[in-house]
Amino acid sequence: MSNVSVSNVREFNTVPDGNPKVESPLAWSYQQHPAPRASGQAGIVLREKALLGHLVLRGGAIVLDEAVRATLGMSLPAKPNALEHDDSGERSIQWLSPDEWLVIVPGGEEFKLERALRQVLGDAHYSIVNASGGQTVLTLSGDNAREVLMKSTSYDVHPNAFPVGKGVTTVFAKATVVLRRPSETHWELVVRRSFADYCYRWLLDASAEYGIDTQ
Amino acid sequence: MFYIFCPYCKEHREEEEFHARGQAHLMRPSDPDNTSDEEWGDYLFFRNNPRGIHHEMWVHSVGCRKFFNITRNTVTYDILETYPMGEQPTITAATPDVRHEQGVQVADGGWQTVGARSENKALNEETSS
Repeated sequence: MSNVSVSNVREFNTVPDGNPKVESPLAWSYQQHPAPRASGQAGIVLREKALLGHLVLRGGAIVLDEAVRATLGMSLPAKPNALEHDDSGERSIQWLSPDEWLVIVPGGEEFKLERALRQVLGDAHYSIVNASGGQTVLTLSGDNAREVLMKSTSYDVHPNAFPVGKGVTTVFAKATVVLRRPSETHWELVVRRSFADYCYRWLLDASAEYGIDTQ
Repeated sequence: MFYIFCPYCKEHREEEEFHARGQAHLMRPSDPDNTSDEEWGDYLFFRNNPRGIHHEMWVHSVGCRKFFNITRNTVTYDILETYPMGEQPTITAATPDVRHEQGVQVADGGWQTVGARSENKALNEETSS
């Protein structure tokens, strides 16, 4: 029972070979709900970081820490609600719960990373789930980004309570999102695919008074 | 609304992120095959409903999704402490201060202080203090 080796784990690349046509979870929303024209300067800039690689790691902190050091060259954030980026800022690891972390890497890297992690982890007790198809990342910036968040979430987004390098899972409108702050000017929302359209339209509506700029 | 301290996230969060999941510290009978129907039924269906200090299991369902325990006063709705699974409460109905100040009654014995039968002197004397 305890001898679950690497070869017993069924893994497959969720992005098939060739160049399949892919659409972001928000493709439909962009067509159906184009952003209203901002009169003058837009207070909110909303962008989507579509089709990134999302992996959910579960297991003991020490074992996983060694594994991500070996594969990603980053350490696992051990403190609750911590978010860490690598030097390029493209790869991140976020604490989700005492035994759960969210790794986001550029699209296409996730399968390679998953394999590398399985190699390193071997027989350890852990789980890796590729959640890339299930969620997408929205970024909010602009002068009024914090005001929009204050309208949308019950979490305290004041800089004192929410410094750069923090990420929490919390309530956003009537959905659940992972809200994170990678830099002084930017906020990120990791939203589930099925809530993506709802969150997008909520953001359009909440940002209307400040003017919104989408891609 | 309450701000509830999640012992895993190590910070206070809005009440809407949590769900109550009933009485804490329930022990499954160690030998189910040789457990009487009555004991098994108690374990499955019967829960305490004390007036005063109660230990409950809650889950931080929007957040870390971990279960933890809350010691709560069912009269004042005060949350006295939260602690991770597997730990014992530091505040119980038997804690002297709590017992004296709030006049709480443990429900373990069966029936409760609200509507206490008049013949039960001990209960009514104690709560009037």
